[in-house]
Amino acid sequence: MKILVCISHVPDTTSKINFTDGDTKFDTNGVQYVINPNDEFGLTRAMWFKEKQGASVDVVNVGGAETEPTLRKALAIGADTAIRVNTPATDGYAVAKQLAKVVNDGGYDLVIAGRESIDYNGTMVPGMLAAMVNANFVTNCISLEVDGTNAKAVREIDGGKETVSTSLPLVIGGQKGLVEESDLRIPNMRGIMMARKKPLNVVEPTDANAETKVVSFEKPAPKGAVKLVDADNIDELVNLLHNEAKVI
Amino acid sequence: MSILVYTESENGKLKKAALEVVSYAKAVADQMGTTVTAVAVNADNTETLGNYGASKVLLVKDESLNVFNAQKYAAILEGAAKTEGAKVVVVSASANSKYVAPLLAVGLDAGYVSNVVEAPSSVSPFTVKHSAFTNKAFANTEITTEVKIVGISNNSFGLVESGGSASVEDFSPSIPDSGVTVESVDKATDKVSIADAEIVVSGGRGLKGPENWGMIEELAEVLGAATACSKPVSDLGWRPHGEHVGQTGKPVASNLYIAVGISGAIQHLAGINSSKVKVVINTDPEAPFFKAADYGVVGDAFEVVPKLIEKLKAFKAANA
Ligand SMILES: Cc1cc2nc3c(=O)[nH]c(=O)nc-3n(C[C@H](O)[C@H](O)[C@H](O)COP(=O)(O)OP(=O)(O)OC[C@H]3O[C@@H](n4cnc5c(N)ncnc54)[C@H](O)[C@@H]3O)c2cc1C
Ligand SMILES: Nc1ncnc2c1ncn2[C@@H]1O[C@H](COP(=O)(O)O)[C@@H](O)[C@H]1O
Repeated sequence: MKILVCISHVPDTTSKINFTDGDTKFDTNGVQYVINPNDEFGLTRAMWFKEKQGASVDVVNVGGAETEPTLRKALAIGADTAIRVNTPATDGYAVAKQLAKVVNDGGYDLVIAGRESIDYNGTMVPGMLAAMVNANFVTNCISLEVDGTNAKAVREIDGGKETVSTSLPLVIGGQKGLVEESDLRIPNMRGIMMARKKPLNVVEPTDANAETKVVSFEKPAPKGAVKLVDADNIDELVNLLHNEAKVI
Repeated sequence: MSILVYTESENGKLKKAALEVVSYAKAVADQMGTTVTAVAVNADNTETLGNYGASKVLLVKDESLNVFNAQKYAAILEGAAKTEGAKVVVVSASANSKYVAPLLAVGLDAGYVSNVVEAPSSVSPFTVKHSAFTNKAFANTEITTEVKIVGISNNSFGLVESGGSASVEDFSPSIPDSGVTVESVDKATDKVSIADAEIVVSGGRGLKGPENWGMIEELAEVLGAATACSKPVSDLGWRPHGEHVGQTGKPVASNLYIAVGISGAIQHLAGINSSKVKVVINTDPEAPFFKAADYGVVGDAFEVVPKLIEKLKAFKAANA
């Protein structure tokens, strides 16, 4: 089985979000980048397929040279080869278009992407990619098993989950549950040494126009001070929620 | 040309989010000088959509569609958008809408923006405000394609009754076979889901152990709320993963969010920030959650929550 794991390079979850250039650009100053958490679960599941069932695992990112340390980290976790499509990630559609070319050229059977990226939260790249390459698609995926060309997946739905059967070629949008938090791999010294020798192929982009364009960013309006209610006066809380906040 | 809107239902009943997306679509239609056409599948009482601004409902009736299938539903919406010559398609933020929208976007060559929180600031160019960086910021984004798909955040627009009426037409588009088959659905039917809930009651590590969740569930029941938890609580196996909310869990956009024994770490707050009113109950007055909350009680959850349940029951009895 040939597996491709899509890696989005995102600000660490503790990052303070600021903007520059008249609020038109994300301020990368002092921001640490990581593998998108949803993709980390997918990558670990891919390593399981590699070790238990035999599979090759490539990782891909669409982005500039600054994303290479993130791809190296994925190699250190155990991916065989990394691919960087050398173009900025302008929007979900354009990224999906670039990924579709990589998938078609590489003849991948299984593409593991994340449910969403924690920067732009588009929740769109995996679905668009699946539609572009005519693959089956399951998102919010919390369990995946593959037997030959058949696959069984569990998808989280609002208020529960559902089990689906499907087949390769398949694209999934994965999340926590694909593997447990405690099974996530952290690169060890040996992995990091080996990653230095693994191929990181830079490929030039195909033509793909973005369909959306960020005009400006805004930060949420500053919050007023919290209204404290005495623990012995819970009637007051009920009163405030009813008469002031009007939520009960 | 009209504005097309996907109105979701469950067991024949329209969801509240369906009424909200129609209200939103009506606002867009007014801005663009056109009307709203709703698409519903196996839903009853679709005439009521007229009250929220739909002029027409395309109703698909097909038993085999009782179980949601993204590919099939995308084909239905694509067929409807083409029949209607729709330039804008509105969907919700539900798991199903987020599943179907990217497939539809490719089918219609349409630009798609999700997590939209307001009516478009301009329809030419078509510009919408949506949350980004997991609610730590907003972006104003222009959709440059001829057909546009807008996914709106739960409870961001609200329900707007316009008092109109809708004609309901049967619609039978051609539906492709799908390579994904649902084998079984495991869903608690007696509980409100976090996505649909107007009120969410959430517990953190401050509750000490899973055996103490009885009062959280009781509080949720009194309020008709969904239950949720912080990430460590689900990692420890105290609560199911489906309840984990925050930046790496489910987003919460409820009207009221009550956090019990949750410190308010940046990753937690990021995911629940778009809830309208936040209440925190925590023993530590220095807990970061107090900076993000509207109302706070500095106190022990084991004393405060039972009192709150009692007071709410009394309030409900008095207002019944
Ligand atoms: C990559 C990454 C992603 C993450 N994503 C998420 C996410 O999506 N969601 C999430 O929630 N977290 C997430 N976290 C974890 C986050 O950083 C915090 O560790 C977590 O939110 C803390 O959970 P907590 O508030 O339940 O526990 P704690 O931080 O241990 O807080 C417990 C609180 O309970 C209070 N308390 C104690 N006893 C009582 C009592 N008797 N009555 C009332 N209050 C009491 C304490 O004062 C304290 O404030 C993430 C972390 C990382 C690194
Ligand atoms: N620039 C990118 N390069 C590679 N994969 C990406 C990129 N952007 C998004 N993805 C993948 O698509 C998933 C969902 O992203 P999004 O649609 O942006 O929320 C991510 O978890 C990644 O797996």
